[in-house]
Amino acid sequence: MRSTIPDKLRRGPAAAVVVTLAACAALSACGAGEDREESADAARNTVGVTDDTIKVGGHFPLTGVAAPGYSEIPTGHQAYFDYVNANGGVNGRQIEWVVKDDAYNPTNTSSVTNELVLQDEIFGMVGGLGTPTHGAVIDFLNDEEVPDLFVSSGSRQWGETPEDYPSTFGWQPDYVIEGKVIGQYIAENLPNAKVGLFLQDDDLGADGEAGVRQFIDDQVVETVHYTPGNTDVAPQIAKLQAAGVDLVVGFNVPSYTALSQLVALKTGFSPQWIYSNVGSDPNLVGSLLANFSEGAVDGGAGMLDGVITTEYMPGADAPEDPWVQLWQKVWDEHGQDGELTNYRIYGMAEAYTFVQALQAAGEDLTREGIVAALEEVGADFEGPGFGPFRYSADSHLGLSGLQVVQLKGGAGEPLTPVLVTDLGDAEIEEDDSAAGDAPPESGIPEVDAVD
Amino acid sequence: MAAIKQVLAPSHATGRLLLGVVGIAVAVAVISMVGEFRATQLASMAYLGVAAAGLTLLTGLNGQLSLGHGALMAIGAYTAALLLPDADAGTPLPVVLLAAVAVTVLVGAVVGVAAARLHGPYLAGATLALAVAVPGLAIYFGDTLGGEQGLSVSVPDVPVWLADAIFFLTGTDPSRGRYVSYVAWVVLVIVLVVLANLARSRTGRRWRAVRDDEIAAQLVGIDLGRNRVLAFVVSAACAGLGGALMALAVRLTAPSGFTLTLSLTLVAAIVLGGLGTLTGAVIGAALLTFLPQVVTQFGGGIGLDDVQSAQLAPFVYGLVMVLVVLLAPAGLVGSLLRWRMRRAGRRTSAVLDGPPPSVPSGSDSSDSSDSEPSDDSPTSTQPTPRGAHS
Repeated sequence: MRSTIPDKLRRGPAAAVVVTLAACAALSACGAGEDREESADAARNTVGVTDDTIKVGGHFPLTGVAAPGYSEIPTGHQAYFDYVNANGGVNGRQIEWVVKDDAYNPTNTSSVTNELVLQDEIFGMVGGLGTPTHGAVIDFLNDEEVPDLFVSSGSRQWGETPEDYPSTFGWQPDYVIEGKVIGQYIAENLPNAKVGLFLQDDDLGADGEAGVRQFIDDQVVETVHYTPGNTDVAPQIAKLQAAGVDLVVGFNVPSYTALSQLVALKTGFSPQWIYSNVGSDPNLVGSLLANFSEGAVDGGAGMLDGVITTEYMPGADAPEDPWVQLWQKVWDEHGQDGELTNYRIYGMAEAYTFVQALQAAGEDLTREGIVAALEEVGADFEGPGFGPFRYSADSHLGLSGLQVVQLKGGAGEPLTPVLVTDLGDAEIEEDDSAAGDAPPESGIPEVDAVD
Repeated sequence: MAAIKQVLAPSHATGRLLLGVVGIAVAVAVISMVGEFRATQLASMAYLGVAAAGLTLLTGLNGQLSLGHGALMAIGAYTAALLLPDADAGTPLPVVLLAAVAVTVLVGAVVGVAAARLHGPYLAGATLALAVAVPGLAIYFGDTLGGEQGLSVSVPDVPVWLADAIFFLTGTDPSRGRYVSYVAWVVLVIVLVVLANLARSRTGRRWRAVRDDEIAAQLVGIDLGRNRVLAFVVSAACAGLGGALMALAVRLTAPSGFTLTLSLTLVAAIVLGGLGTLTGAVIGAALLTFLPQVVTQFGGGIGLDDVQSAQLAPFVYGLVMVLVVLLAPAGLVGSLLRWRMRRAGRRTSAVLDGPPPSVPSGSDSSDSSDSEPSDDSPTSTQPTPRGAHS
């Protein structure tokens, strides 16, 4: 009997499966050679670390709707890591920084995180950006015990329950404490305002609202939500206007600051605006406004004059600040094209904290070691933040201090001293002890290793 | 001997079953051999493949264009997510997958009844509305469905027997990522075998008849509406299954994962691969899974910065799409089949995954009726289904 196998393989849907699989095997074989599983825990603990390198990575929206502004953040990390590397690295190790684009889509975040952890074999993730996006990978990172440091989002889930997510650490002030600080400011200074809340339909809005309502629950007359992606916010703004609101508090991203301003301009609605620091970058909002209005609105940073917001570290609008001078120096020496922006400063400041964590973890760098070191001494790190970090065995939440400011010509003028607080009923206290910190002369932190 | 040969040939149901078994064995072997990351990529390819296979059946075989299959995937994914809320849920995976299929079948039946009355652009419009509306539901019912942040999916532990078997074969314990990949490929192969059988069955021939000429189909007593609804339901079931696998692979179901882009991605997969061919659907899914990552890596390799290499991926994807439509309008597999047929001296237009009519004449009547009538029905190979005569 003549063999019929070639005939079989040439046609038929099931044969197609075999052929496709073979093709995949061939495709997969490229680059799959080195990443065989290591079963030993010890080896797993030092993945991404060699005697002279440390490899870390993060997921950021480099393309798509969230890319304006946010895509600049990892260029800040890159510049600061290059600066540290040029000065000898940390404990003799050069930092390699791998950036992956997730286009702010959780499905992509999951696949690029797989790539970072399983293929690129990073030691840890630094600065992974976004609430829904990072939410897709937090379980995976903690299952694999990959340090998940300094998530670029203020959701409380990145640190409120370290028992559930022992490897994950927040970084920026969470939206609850920002809401509390804004709520207290309104209660004390604008007690007669009729407040409307303009909220993004996720943790940003929900946590911010919870914080604000702790102080001014009775002043809130209307609450509206928007869904990211739906660019028509006219109904929401109209609803606020109809409710007689004269003070709008927005917990939203920058593009929705621009959209809400645009709608308000059209309808002649002119309340006092307070935006979360997430959505209040004057330069970005200004350029978005010019863009969205197709040039009808002059897109200068002055568009947001009079708007109240918060700050938790010095930004590009304070060129005299020693931290900003350091960032400027780093950017001039190692940055890519373009100006120093608040987003790049954000990336550099995160990178600075990561270098502190590496120093604290000591020469024998392990994944367990860096988590333990952060819990032990992270609260004492001196950095650009106005308040201290809250890192401990019981909390992995980030910065605790904010200041209410009013924007003028693109810069923030302080309305309150630095206010430090925590989740829940924690008091809001004036504490500018951390605000006076200046960076060391070298521009590189000097943290002692824990034992 | 000839009888055995015929039974084992892929044109015969038993032969397809056999090749399905071989396919599963090969899939398991490949997934065990490749690195952890490639295994997760293969899982992505499998879930896209399952959904695309269902869509290619609907569009290629029955002539209905759906732009709403991403929404049907979302329904499958949310069903899976609701059944796997945390590590204690312990719902067995087969139950999860079957539940996802059941729920999507219900939704598919309702949508299918509406879809059966619509044609061409109207059908595309109606399903488009589905794609836009369903993610909105997840936000509206935020308390149950997790709103914008979605629901996290807790993949159950690898069953002990499977872990033992894999350890016996490969010497390592399978991770959860690899486990999902095994499950996804077993499901994909089963779906392909079932769909291939369906396409060659009487039902499949009816669907093609409905696609090619409604009036002729009605004249021979085929109920148009019923066949359209059935095709939509089968296709929806595949989408739901693909969605459930996606939930397991991504470990999160959030509205931002089920935007219109996902529906268009599925259409792109079947157009790239070749409309109406199951092989094409799988190849299209493979391209869409591997291309962006490989291109981005290539971009980094030639010295582009991160943003530029990230932007290279959609650019190359668009370029490939344009080139395929220009140079191989029947898709990669479709054009290959045509070319082979032309070479074989037969002039035939699109073929639904069937072998070219070169089987021994008279030995298998179902096969010869599978091939397209002739190339005088030019619309049958176009990426958009033909509109109604009526």
